[in-house]
Amino acid sequence: MDDVSFAIQPGEVVGLAGESGSGKSTIAHAILRILHPPALITGGQVLFKGRDVMEMNDAELGQFRWSKISIVFQSAMNALNPVMKIRDQLTDVMVHHGLSKADANTRALNLFKLVGIDPQRLDTYPHQLSGGMRQRAVIAIALALDPPILIMDEPTTALDVVVQKDILQQISVLREKLGFSILFITHDLSLLVEISTRIAIMYAGEIVERAPARELFETPLHPYTLGLMNSFPSISGLKHKLTGIPGSPPDLIDVPTGCRFHPRCPKVMAICSKTVPGIKFISSDHSVSCHLFN
Amino acid sequence: MPPSNKGLAPILDVRGMTKHFPAGILFNKKQVHAVENATFTVQYSQVVALVGESGSGKTTTIRMIARLIPVTQGEIFFEGANIFKTEPRGASMDYRSKVQLIFQDPFASLNAVQTIEHHLARPLIIHKKAFGRQEIHERVCDLLDTVELKPASEIANRYPHQLSGGQRQRVSIARALAVDPKLILADEPISMLDVSIRMGVLNLIDKLKEERGISYVYITHDLASARYIGDQIMVMYAGHMVEGGDGEAIMREAAHPYTQLLLSAVPNPQAGLHTDKGIRVRGEVPSLIDPPPGCPFGARCPSVINICHQIMPAKKELTPNHWVRCHLYSS
Amino acid sequence: MNPNAKASPCDPVTGETQSITHGKPVSTQIDFLRRTITQPKAIIGLVILGVFILMALFAPLIAPNNPNKYVGLAHEPPTINHWLGTTGQGQDVFTQLVWGSRISLLIGFSVGILSTILGLAIGMISGYIPGVVDGVLNMFTNVFLLIPGLPLLITLASFLPQGMLTVMLVLTFTGWAWPARVFRSQVLCLREKDFVSASVVSGERTPRIVFSEILPNMLSLVMSSLFGAVIYTIGADAGLAFLGFENVNIVSWGTMLYWASNSSALLQEAWWTFVPPGLCIALVSFATTMLIYAMDEVTNPRLRSEKDITRVLKKYRTGSKRATPVVKEPATR
Repeated sequence: MDDVSFAIQPGEVVGLAGESGSGKSTIAHAILRILHPPALITGGQVLFKGRDVMEMNDAELGQFRWSKISIVFQSAMNALNPVMKIRDQLTDVMVHHGLSKADANTRALNLFKLVGIDPQRLDTYPHQLSGGMRQRAVIAIALALDPPILIMDEPTTALDVVVQKDILQQISVLREKLGFSILFITHDLSLLVEISTRIAIMYAGEIVERAPARELFETPLHPYTLGLMNSFPSISGLKHKLTGIPGSPPDLIDVPTGCRFHPRCPKVMAICSKTVPGIKFISSDHSVSCHLFN
Repeated sequence: MPPSNKGLAPILDVRGMTKHFPAGILFNKKQVHAVENATFTVQYSQVVALVGESGSGKTTTIRMIARLIPVTQGEIFFEGANIFKTEPRGASMDYRSKVQLIFQDPFASLNAVQTIEHHLARPLIIHKKAFGRQEIHERVCDLLDTVELKPASEIANRYPHQLSGGQRQRVSIARALAVDPKLILADEPISMLDVSIRMGVLNLIDKLKEERGISYVYITHDLASARYIGDQIMVMYAGHMVEGGDGEAIMREAAHPYTQLLLSAVPNPQAGLHTDKGIRVRGEVPSLIDPPPGCPFGARCPSVINICHQIMPAKKELTPNHWVRCHLYSS
Repeated sequence: MNPNAKASPCDPVTGETQSITHGKPVSTQIDFLRRTITQPKAIIGLVILGVFILMALFAPLIAPNNPNKYVGLAHEPPTINHWLGTTGQGQDVFTQLVWGSRISLLIGFSVGILSTILGLAIGMISGYIPGVVDGVLNMFTNVFLLIPGLPLLITLASFLPQGMLTVMLVLTFTGWAWPARVFRSQVLCLREKDFVSASVVSGERTPRIVFSEILPNMLSLVMSSLFGAVIYTIGADAGLAFLGFENVNIVSWGTMLYWASNSSALLQEAWWTFVPPGLCIALVSFATTMLIYAMDEVTNPRLRSEKDITRVLKKYRTGSKRATPVVKEPATR
């Protein structure tokens, strides 16, 4: 990951789109500093209301995590402890942050009602729930301390499309009720256009384009964004041939020189392999990193 | 105009195919009704897309056609012959050379300890398509060229973990092509690939259909890719086939409430932001263990009527190339 | 050769090993072997085993005399003439130790190999062919697992004519069932994998699938079973000998223990008659166990990441174990 910068305003949904190796999951984990060794963060700041997460020690991080920013992972089965009841997993974090057992249990009940699961299911184990319900449970745990920001790392990728729609509708409802912001990470660009306020496109560890959702969909600028758009067949309208993008995402040990997308770019020029394109602002909130616009 | 299923002899004719798995222990024996009465045909040089969510029975259906698992009931006619009569004890070499299968997981479908050359050489050797190391190597390189993997010679010497997901899936396609098949069964071949390389693989499948006249049964949970590549679309729910016919017809005028639900659930940026219109999703896929009688979608259907809980609706033809199994359409 | 090939990079999000897509193609098995051998634990094990194997091979050079020869008074403590003293029968302990290693190691490795092969054959057939075949073979395996080992060993050894062949037979007979069970489980698991189904769909015949597709995937398991069998055999052989169920006139580490016990070595405080053979048995077992640990470390990514954590923490001197360290230094590429 290299020099990634973005901001999240209160109440908005920032979508982060990218494929495997783009670094989108890495950044989610880096913000909370939960990357596995031997990962190192070698630069940058994560400012939450002015405080830098990178400067916090273990104790401060312990207080900060979950109460200010929480995360919903892709696979609920991985995020949930298979030998603990859901209730315990829910109340665990609340008690750790100072709530009494009784208060935690009440809150757990309310959270389940909020995410649309019958509170009777609190005393079940994860494997007894269906995929959709498990993911709701994970969302409930993420909301346990009412954080202002939720990071969602591919929360619906492992789910069927109908369940996915269901969960997204639920998240929408929750957002209206509780008012949190979301950093929504996924590879599904069409999904992001539907739910995000703003979208950032990542490729090989860098952000290549950034714009409000609708504007990105109507006027994509970066060749990678165009290629991505050209990779989603539609269910309505005219049927035409799509090409996707030739080649495959690069190995991050050996990134291409200059612009990292140049080996796959249909509009590549001589300069692209030599210099890294800087960030250019096309309008006040639409930026792109491409030599075509420098 | 996509080819319809009427009048011509199909390459594959599946009738009433059913699969029940035993479940439960000792005195509590139950049956998982994985596939119930699947019936459809595939014409020569046609792609039939089988669409359904997890648990719909689509993978089980395909494995029965590939003769990896036995059927509980039903018949399969391949090139006109009833295969359970002509080869009752298991698939013959002839069948195996005509019907091939591509798997969903590009890593699991290749043996991690064998080279790509080995993967492609084995079918050539088994079906006597090439003899001697030189000829086999040439054929392997030809196959890799066909699936657009270059440089062929170098890729042939690699191991699966040295290829990307998209490349591995192309190797799987090459392996299927090695025997010169007439029918390829593709089990969600692109769902585990990166988004930008999915189209390349789908276009390859399409190209092979056009150039070599190969038919496909293409399984997916994604209606959009089913529409892109499928001439015909069949929709499965909880083991039953509920709607089928011409792809475009189903997309434009989906008849079955489940198909309509599926269509409304697909993210469609062209339809505008924040579409909260559309069907409110309710409930979940029912259990397949000893299911109650009637239509399996009855518990969730917004248009459910009494009869839906009693008997499974019969097939009703809405137009010559569009049928549906739903009581709303039975007179 | 790619310098990164020694330690595969781990995905920082999931902790899984990433594959390297450049460099000269290297078989996963050869790569696995190379990485195992270069582990520190493996080097320790191989060196120790090497010493013993060399000792056994060059016995005539190291201890030129006949181990059965009477060379001095009974129970003499170690001296210049007799580095490990003499036994209760006046024989040179050191000579016996060196020559005895031949028998002990030979039995250990050969039975280890034999029981692994037998276990493989039965386990793989049982695992791949479901139904009656699996049922019968599995029952057979279970019977052998349930029968208590030592009584069975003793019973068999007392009825059969004494000799090395008997020992090898008896130990193989009691040692194959555990590997068979392990291999069967692995085959059951591998059988469901897509690449096996792909082979079936290609028309591959069963024997070829089992040996050409499934077996190569079991390399690490076979090796660790082999080592486990070696450890079991060396211990069981020593046990049998100690109890007197082998031909006690053949010199091996086990029979040395028998004679030591017979001559009341403990009472006589003649530690040099039983400590050396006991120590040798323990060292060979230890060395083989080291090899198993080394293989574990290569195959189990979680063990590796534990080492990575401590390495990173030491290098950057951060005490934090619960957060990714933040190091403000220029990124090196």
